Amino acid sequence: MDAEKIQPLTEEQEFSINMGPQHPSTHGVLRLMLKLQGEMVREVKPQLGYIHRGIEKMCEKLTYPQTIHLTDRLDYLSAHILNESVCLAVENALEVEVPDRVKYVRTIIDELNRIASHQLWWCAFGMDLGALTTFFYGLRDREKILDIFEETCGARLLLSYNVPGGLMFDIHPNFQKRTKDFIKYFRKKLPEYDALLTGNPIMQERTKGIGYFSKEDAINFGLSGPPGRASGFSCDVRVHQPYSAYPFAKFKEILYTEGDTFHRYKVRIDEMWESMNIIEQLIDNIPEGDFAVKMKPVIKLPEGEYYQRVEAARGEFGVYIVSDGNKNPYRMKFRSPNFCNLAPLHKMSVGYKIADLVAISGSLDFVVPDMDR
Amino acid sequence: MENNKLQELIQNFTPEAEITAGKQFLTVTVDKSRLHELAKKLKESEETQFDYLFCESAVDYNDYFMMVYHLDSTTHRHQLVLKAKITDRENPEIDSVCDLWEAANYHEREIFDLFGIRFINHPDMRKIFLDNDWVGFPLRKDYVDKVNVVER
Repeated sequence: MDAEKIQPLTEEQEFSINMGPQHPSTHGVLRLMLKLQGEMVREVKPQLGYIHRGIEKMCEKLTYPQTIHLTDRLDYLSAHILNESVCLAVENALEVEVPDRVKYVRTIIDELNRIASHQLWWCAFGMDLGALTTFFYGLRDREKILDIFEETCGARLLLSYNVPGGLMFDIHPNFQKRTKDFIKYFRKKLPEYDALLTGNPIMQERTKGIGYFSKEDAINFGLSGPPGRASGFSCDVRVHQPYSAYPFAKFKEILYTEGDTFHRYKVRIDEMWESMNIIEQLIDNIPEGDFAVKMKPVIKLPEGEYYQRVEAARGEFGVYIVSDGNKNPYRMKFRSPNFCNLAPLHKMSVGYKIADLVAISGSLDFVVPDMDR
Repeated sequence: MENNKLQELIQNFTPEAEITAGKQFLTVTVDKSRLHELAKKLKESEETQFDYLFCESAVDYNDYFMMVYHLDSTTHRHQLVLKAKITDRENPEIDSVCDLWEAANYHEREIFDLFGIRFINHPDMRKIFLDNDWVGFPLRKDYVDKVNVVER
């Protein structure tokens, strides 16, 4: 190439650069088209669809019990919660009342799932900021939850433990003891997380006041889950539209008003404490009884529309089912939290440095299959 | 607010709106030309304040499309489903609600991509998932794809 023709960029000139689809800090195949001026971010345009599998279209050809196994392919880190959403929608449509035992077990595993998900997020968030040690600390504790899952239903990640009408099988005799042991263990270990990362001055410098998002914007953009609650938007479905055994437990919704990256971090740490509280209240009181009600072998929903909201680890998850009375749904729409939480990224990160963009997108906790569906 | 009071209020906003009290949500169906006007009133009126659009989707009923908006109010904590019918299959169009709820931006791009419904006044009407040279709209009921969709 002719060396004279290459003109260096001046400081004012903007240039475009692709971050991803293969980039360690996008946590999956997400492509961000950035416009930069030096190191300053001027525009973020996310490009989706690298793992769009057409799950909504596939569901139209499947029976209701089969669709459950596709929901955990969305947000694989809160698999049990998403499984539950379809089950609840089907049960509500058929007006089936599940036994209390099922409700309690579902809620306990929901919360274990939430802790496991936040642990993995904490690992990855530390990595995004350059703190490699967090990964080992987080995964060490997450392993214990996955062992409980494995003993309960045989699977570690994609549980598929819920079926319409209850659970696939009863809990393992060790379940209560192991869960209580875990809570005892994790109550000792969680302060380590604070000591290692939360109080770290470098981490605080890089997150406090970065990526501010106001409450009005959060509501307008539909930002739910921990990022929404960090902005002061009270959006916890467990509180406002309680399902399963949440009405039986006392817990508070974690709310901050600062709305920056650090408080999005804080919400998740506090939620882990709160999840442990919920589990402790329920674990000793699991009622005796059946683990499922008998359903018809072929489940047909009456004609109509059904919507079920649940609180997944990353925000509000919704299933919208349109039924025409057949054994498969006429239309099934998943309102996935990550898809809605991606839209504010541009507004949050404009005017910050590219390293801050990594911290901000880390604090939104993206799971890309959930966006692309 | 109670559903019956809400019903009265919406009847005042748009007298020709068709209101059914569903099992779960109150459902309001309006003509697509009136949709944006009603949505604006629902968002801005003091008694309703539907400021949180938590789901937006479309359903293909073979002869027409139905746009479905799930609304929630963060102050009054009541929900509502807003619907609008689009009968033109060849060139389906509807007003965008993106100026009211920013959350609609991505939802509408998705619907444009998978159903082929165009949103008027949308700030960024591009495909979101599929390639630009993709032919057809996968979530329509008459979509044929011999390679990827296996008929059973």
